[in-house]
Parts: sequence; structure tokens; C-alpha cells
Amino acid sequence: MAGAFWCVVEDDRKGMPKKVMAEVLGEAARLGGPVEALWLTDKASEDGLKQLGGWGATKVWLLENAGLAPYRGEVWVPPVAELAAKESPKAILAPVTSRQREFMARLAAKLGVGLAADSVALARDGDKLVATRPVYAGKLLSKVTWAKAPYLATLRPNVFKPADAQAGKSAAVERPSLTIPPPQMKLVERREEVSTGLPELTEAEIVLSGGRGMKGPENYVILEELGGIIGAAVGASRAAVDAGWRPHRFQIGQTGRTISPKLYMGFGVSGAIQHLAGMRTSKVIVAVNKDAEAPIFKIADYGIVGDLFEVVPELTKEFKRLLEK
Amino acid sequence: MKILVAIKQVPDTATAVKVGSDSKQIDTTGITWIVSPYDEFAVEEALRIKEKRGQGEVVAVTVGPDRAKEALRSTLAMGCDRAIHVNDAALTGADTLTTARALAAVVKQEAPQLVLTGRQAIDDDMGAVGAQLAEVLGWPCASWIMEETVDADAKTVRVGRQVEGGLEIFELPLPAVLSAQKGLNEPRYPTLKGIMGAKKKEIKDLKAADLGLGALTPELSITTLEALPARPPGRIIQGETKDAVKELVRALREDAKAI
Ligand SMILES: Cc1cc2nc3c(=O)[nH]c(=O)nc-3n(C[C@H](O)[C@H](O)[C@H](O)COP(=O)(O)OP(=O)(O)OC[C@H]3O[C@@H](n4cnc5c(N)ncnc54)[C@H](O)[C@@H]3O)c2cc1C
Repeated sequence: MAGAFWCVVEDDRKGMPKKVMAEVLGEAARLGGPVEALWLTDKASEDGLKQLGGWGATKVWLLENAGLAPYRGEVWVPPVAELAAKESPKAILAPVTSRQREFMARLAAKLGVGLAADSVALARDGDKLVATRPVYAGKLLSKVTWAKAPYLATLRPNVFKPADAQAGKSAAVERPSLTIPPPQMKLVERREEVSTGLPELTEAEIVLSGGRGMKGPENYVILEELGGIIGAAVGASRAAVDAGWRPHRFQIGQTGRTISPKLYMGFGVSGAIQHLAGMRTSKVIVAVNKDAEAPIFKIADYGIVGDLFEVVPELTKEFKRLLEK
Repeated sequence: MKILVAIKQVPDTATAVKVGSDSKQIDTTGITWIVSPYDEFAVEEALRIKEKRGQGEVVAVTVGPDRAKEALRSTLAMGCDRAIHVNDAALTGADTLTTARALAAVVKQEAPQLVLTGRQAIDDDMGAVGAQLAEVLGWPCASWIMEETVDADAKTVRVGRQVEGGLEIFELPLPAVLSAQKGLNEPRYPTLKGIMGAKKKEIKDLKAADLGLGALTPELSITTLEALPARPPGRIIQGETKDAVKELVRALREDAKAI
């Protein structure tokens, strides 16, 4: 529908949209809609389509084709640009993930429009849209606006209020016939990461972060144990990553992942500006550090000045006790 | 093989930034400028490709004001052969698409087989220029690469692209655009000889007109720039570890409702 808010679906590669889509669809509705999902996949599931409807999509544009997986910009962009030219959406929104960041940038170039990447707020200004983005290592906020529609933006996960899932609501599924170009890039293999059994860092509602104060790679088990109990992801500072204690994908900060969980707890992390750049939009920040002067206490909501090797086991014990109740 | 590396000069994260008087840009007085860290990974990788092949040329390019020449000098000191400085008032504060179009015009003049950039510049963190450059050129592109090997004939490149939950290994035909993620390599420090040598290397200045760029209207503009609202003051929980932890957990559940 002309003037619609399209939400590009990020899925689990097994036919289900990720839960971050509730946030994107919820925001599109809050901005006034009409809310439509755009799903490019090799295989969508009935449950997945239902889920999008439950989260408020009135229509799903479904592009289902074996060539669409894995994601390749050169394959995804042409059909979406073709559809956008026909349907004239007002905005195209996507969650921040590694592939959506690239896809939305390429799409913006193809459509000749602006892109507001990694937005933390969106607001309507008449017919226009204004996006708020953290810049300069999160020290400043920049408000940006577009010269013309469609307004393209990627949304930082865990920041926008998710739509409540409504049972029984469903979306009309439309399968437009579009040309899917052959890929130039060939997939050789996909190397899966060893699963930690804990949530993904950028998606987790609770993140435990271990810094140089962890003293060595062998000690992260205490954070993983606590993480297992409260459903938290375990991340690290660059000092810990550069020491080889944790793989790079666990690094939080300016040269690592940007996270915005409901709860961030730093253990033996000093709070360098580059670390803060990746976590300062967390809702609640807890710091545990031996040094009362550590800069992280300046942005922490709660702090304990103490030895993490005493605090972490106590936390684990306390949460275990509460769970058993 | 000719490789072009697109870099950006950004404020050092450690320096304080203030909003300027126009409320749209930062106040640049007293700022220390650096090459954006991700771009250093891109420069390093380009130099390694050249060194491994025993021949080739690495050209650094930036779109930026006069001061950006210093950033180009740093890349020359690291080992780039020459540099191109697109320096035009019409491009000051350009959005990512305009920058990508300017770079695409440079690419057309230089005809490299590979373009490398950082995954994002750490000033505005938009992370879009590399992918947009690929789109404007109609080239394949892989973002956030953690590993890379160019084949012996310089016809294809094999890359590892970081995605959630793993690494996807792709083979791309050249020419292509790649954007560097941390973990790709460890950038070298310029040697004294490198720094001295950099002074003699060529930096070519280009204007928008030299690149045949028409009217430059931004698609995205900044309406305001403001300081981050301060977080409410925090609370240090005192007491024996055991009691402090109990109180922390209670506060997280009952006061902050964070868990
Ligand atoms: C270009 C650039 C990019 C960067 N990007 C990033 C980034 O993405 N992410 C990032 O994190 N950093 C980044 N950094 C590095 C950053 O500047 C800091 O060096 C780093 O964050 C420090 O990590 P840390 O807090 O773990 O270590 P430290 O600063 O060494 O702090 C360790 C802390 O642990 C405390 N401690 C020690 N033992 C204990 C104990 N038993 N119990 C409790 N507390 C204890 C100490 O008091 C100290 O405060 C970057 C730097 C540069 C120059």
C-alpha cells in the first residue's frame, strides 16, 4: 500500500522471524503505519507468517526463493527496489544486524534516498520523520531527517517498545512476482560458532561483561554459570579480547558490538570511553569493581566496590535461591 | 594489482567533543584527529595483499577538508604508495550517499581491482559508505570481513563475513568492495623511515568538478546535535559482600524492575 511502513524481516534462517521484529513492527505502528512486513527468505513458515500478523503486520510481502539465502546484497536489492518503485512505501525499517546494516545501505543507494543507521528513536514531524542516533562514541545525539521518501532506517535492538503479540490477528500474504538476479558471490561454507547455550550478545535482555579484572580465560565460567541462571549473554571488554581470553565476537564497545540490554553488569571493567560507546544506552547499568575510582561508576545505576571473585558467586547463590522459591 | 583504500579522519575517541554553535556540527577546537580505527584495518590488509603478491599499488583516498591530509599522510607512512584527497567545500558534511558517489567517481578514474574500507567511521557510526559505493559501482560487496585471500590471478577474493552466530565464507569476483571488521589483522605502526618517506609521496587534490559530480544535494541532513542527557546519579551499595549482593538483587528486582 502506498505510504506504508515496511519492516524488513530478520529471521532465524529456519523460517521464523526473530523477536526483535516485534520492536520494529511495534515502532512502525506507533508511528502511525500502515504496518507491512517485507520478508526475503528461502523458506518462510506458516507459524512465522502468523507471528508477523500477531505483531501487527497487516500485510506480508513475501519474497520466497532459494537464491535469497544466504543474504547477498546484490541479490536482495534489485527485487526490493523494484517493489518499492511500484508500491511507494513511506518508510523502510529494519533491525540492526550485520546483514541488515549492509542491505539497507545498498538499498538506500539504489533508491537514491537517505539512511539513518542504528537509530534509537524515531518521531513524526508532520509528513516527515526524524531519527535520533548516538554519534561520537555515544557522547552526542544527532537528529536527522530525510530529503525524500522512502525514509530508510535501521533500529538498535532492545531500545524500541515491542508490539504485544495478539493471537488471532493475521496478515494478508502477498507474493509479488519479481526478478531475482543470479548471485555473483558464491557461498563456500558457513562456520557456525560453538554455541554457548546463552543468548546472542546483541539480542540478550541481560548482559554480563567481564573485563581485564577477570584475570584469565578460565574464570569466565563463573559468569557463564550466572548467565545460565538468569538467561544472560556473556560479553567482554577489548582488553580481555585482545589478551585472547574471549573471541572477538564477544567484544562490547566501539570496535566490537553495540548492545542495549535491559540490564548490563560489568565485572572488572574499568569503563573506558570506547567500552561505554558500546553499552551506554543500556537501561540499567551495574558495575562491580575493586577500584572505587573506576570511571564505570560514573554511569552505573548501582555499584559494588569489591572483588568480583567474591561478588559473582554470591550473585549466583542469591539468584539460585530466588529461583528455587 | 591496484587496491584503493577509502579512509576517514575522525576525532580521537579519547578527546572530549562539544556541540558547535550551529547545533549541527561539533566544535572542532582542541580536537585530536586520527584515522578511523576500522580504516586502519583496511589499510593494513591492502598492504599485506601487496606484500604477499610482491607487486601492486595501494592508493589511499579520502573525502574531507584540509585537515584530512594529515590522515592521508598517516596511511602513506604506513606504506600506501600515494593518496587522493577529494577536498571541496561542496562536500563538507556530505551524507554517506554523496560520499559514496564521490568515491565511485574516483574509482572510475583509478580503476582498481579491489576497494577496501573500514566497517564504519567512528564519528557518525553510519557504516554505510562501503556498501553504498558497491551499489553505485554495481560491484559485489562483503561487509564486516574477518579474513581475506585474493587468488593468484587476482580474479577472485575469498572472504569470511561476520554474521550473527557464525562466519560466512564467500568467493567474490573482482573487482569488489570489502569492509574490514576488527579481527582482520593487527595494523602496523609507521616506522620512522615510513614517516620520512611519506613526506615525498604524492597526494593528489581533486575538486567535485574534477570528478564530474553534478549538484550535490544531501538525502539525509542533521537537524540538531545535542549532548547525551546525563544519567541519574547512581548508588554505591555498601556493606559486607553478602549483604551488598542481597540488596543489589532486591534493588534490581523491586526498584529498577530490571530482572
Ligand atoms: C581505537 C580503540 C578502540 C577501542 N575499542 C574498544 C572496544 O570496542 N571495547 C572495549 O572494551 N575497549 C576498547 N578499547 C580499549 C579501551 O580503551 C580500554 O583499554 C579497555 O576497554 C579496557 O578494558 P578493561 O576495562 O577490561 O581493562 P582495564 O581498564 O585494565 O580495567 C580492569 C578493571 O578491573 C578492575 N579489577 C581488577 N581486578 C578486579 C577484581 N578482582 N574484582 C573487581 N575488579 C577488578 C580494575 O580495578 C580495573 O578497573 C579501544 C581502544 C582504542 C584505542
